[in-house]
Amino acid sequence: MIVRKGTAAMTAGGIAMVVAVFVMTLAIAQGFRQTLVVSGSPQNAIVLRKSATAETVSAVLRSDVPIVEALPQVARGPDGRPLSSSELVVIIALPRQSDNQPANVPARGVGPKAFEVRDNLKVVDGRRFAPGTREINVGKAAVGRFKGLTLGSTVKFGSATWNVVGIFTADDAAFESEVWGDVDLMMPAFQRDGYQSMTVKLADPSMFESFNATVTGDPRLYLEAQREQDYYAEQSRALTTVIRVFGTFVTLILAIGAVFGAMNTMYAAVAYRTREIGTLRALGFSGSRIVAAFLAESMALALVGGVLGCLLALPVHGMSTGTTNFSSFSEVAFKFRITPALLAGGLIFSVVMGAVGGLLPAIRAARIPVARALREI
Amino acid sequence: MALIDLRDVTKSYRRDQIEIPVLDGVTITVDGGDFLGLMGPSGSGKSTLLNLLAGIDRPTRGSIRIGEVEISRLSERALAGWRARHIGFIFQLYNLIPVLTAFENVELPLLLTSLSKKQRRDHVMTALGIVGLGDREKHYPRQLSGGQEQRVAIARAIVTDPTLLLADEPTGDLDAKSAGEVLTLLQRLNQEFKKTIVMVTHDPHAAERAARLLHLEKGTLVEQVKVGA
Repeated sequence: MIVRKGTAAMTAGGIAMVVAVFVMTLAIAQGFRQTLVVSGSPQNAIVLRKSATAETVSAVLRSDVPIVEALPQVARGPDGRPLSSSELVVIIALPRQSDNQPANVPARGVGPKAFEVRDNLKVVDGRRFAPGTREINVGKAAVGRFKGLTLGSTVKFGSATWNVVGIFTADDAAFESEVWGDVDLMMPAFQRDGYQSMTVKLADPSMFESFNATVTGDPRLYLEAQREQDYYAEQSRALTTVIRVFGTFVTLILAIGAVFGAMNTMYAAVAYRTREIGTLRALGFSGSRIVAAFLAESMALALVGGVLGCLLALPVHGMSTGTTNFSSFSEVAFKFRITPALLAGGLIFSVVMGAVGGLLPAIRAARIPVARALREI
Repeated sequence: MALIDLRDVTKSYRRDQIEIPVLDGVTITVDGGDFLGLMGPSGSGKSTLLNLLAGIDRPTRGSIRIGEVEISRLSERALAGWRARHIGFIFQLYNLIPVLTAFENVELPLLLTSLSKKQRRDHVMTALGIVGLGDREKHYPRQLSGGQEQRVAIARAIVTDPTLLLADEPTGDLDAKSAGEVLTLLQRLNQEFKKTIVMVTHDPHAAERAARLLHLEKGTLVEQVKVGA
């Protein structure tokens, strides 16, 4: 191994690349999923039209709202009013700061209780929009990604011009990629006459089942409820699945290359050490011990590559990027998330590559007739 | 009962449909405590004979009994275990593992036993002491002379206290002085420690040290000469 530093280093390097790609693609999937999952609160339920898969394809009638809000499972604020926000989500096109190309940004019209229903929302700069005005708040991830979305600027969408009066954060949730304004002003601006969803805070998370049963059972409503967390997890599924499948495919092809690299190195090792193998066999070492020794060497070499690959991938952790969510066709900003489980997965993957690459050479090592191996110089 | 009993052993290799005979009906018996020299020109089959005795090659026909065991009938796996317990092998080119120290090289065969670390250390130091290299345990093969390397290899061969020592041209790669030292050591192992030794050699000086000498020519035994008797 020491004598063949070159090939060994190349093999470890190849495996490092594969593991880095593996960890990074899964970090994208992980980060994207995380962003959408934290969007949901366990105490919240989202009410959509029956069988609607996303807010953008759902409809909630104005007349539905008081019926749902009157249900006993809905939590109430100190003022005795239900903690519920009836909302409208419209996709608007704004030029991206980076390349000036228009991109889809979700604009969300919300009710007056929206900030109490989503308690992870915090205005970090400026103030909340005042109800009844054309003021908007912008999620932190959207600031700087799109033109016109900075504090104090004005932006035109729908049939109106809007003033940005506040920037909010939402614990990295998908809301941070959105623009929020008063639903009662957004509705006429987009010529809509109805909501798309209601998000309600339940008095207790355990009340979800009875809440949903009441909503779906009411003959006046054509609605159903989902836990907010389940809804956002489902929203992330299409894209994470694509990323995972694509990532696995790319990783697999690279892995095949790396396995052949490892195999080549180990075959060279076997050829180089044929006489050593013969000597060990003559001393009484069994064939299976020889296989084990070469497998161990190959796996150790691969593990070095795996550690290297993880180190290579690590700097992207927390780096943020954006993509179009397949479920809403709008841009969602998210961060790469490298979790310990992902790193462990990368290391295990590298060792598996080492084992696969080392197996055939190891078996060959054990099968060389001892007498012939001893004649090798 | 003789320690080694080779009966009518034939060995041939197949190469492209052609049978190449190497040993043809060889019968030898060796008593425990004997020091047997095997001489003969290149290709006479002496190394093959040694490999058959070590159980690293199998006879085409005939039987090989060593001690109580008919080794030609053992499975590959059983043969490896048997070798570990009963055979000490000394090679022409020493065959030390270059990345291991003298101590670790000698320790190798003991890794197949159930000895504790402390017991292994005692055995290794005893073996290195016998070959006169007790002070070189931390040296790597490249830091030793050829003669010293061969003595480390001999220590490795005797560390498990095997039934039989097999030496394949042990002085073939050494200068006259080192060769003399190695041969003296082998003689001492035979006389003082009562080790049974079978040594293959080209070298008439080496052959002189054996207690008994056999000549192989074209795969058959041609004469049996008793040295010094």
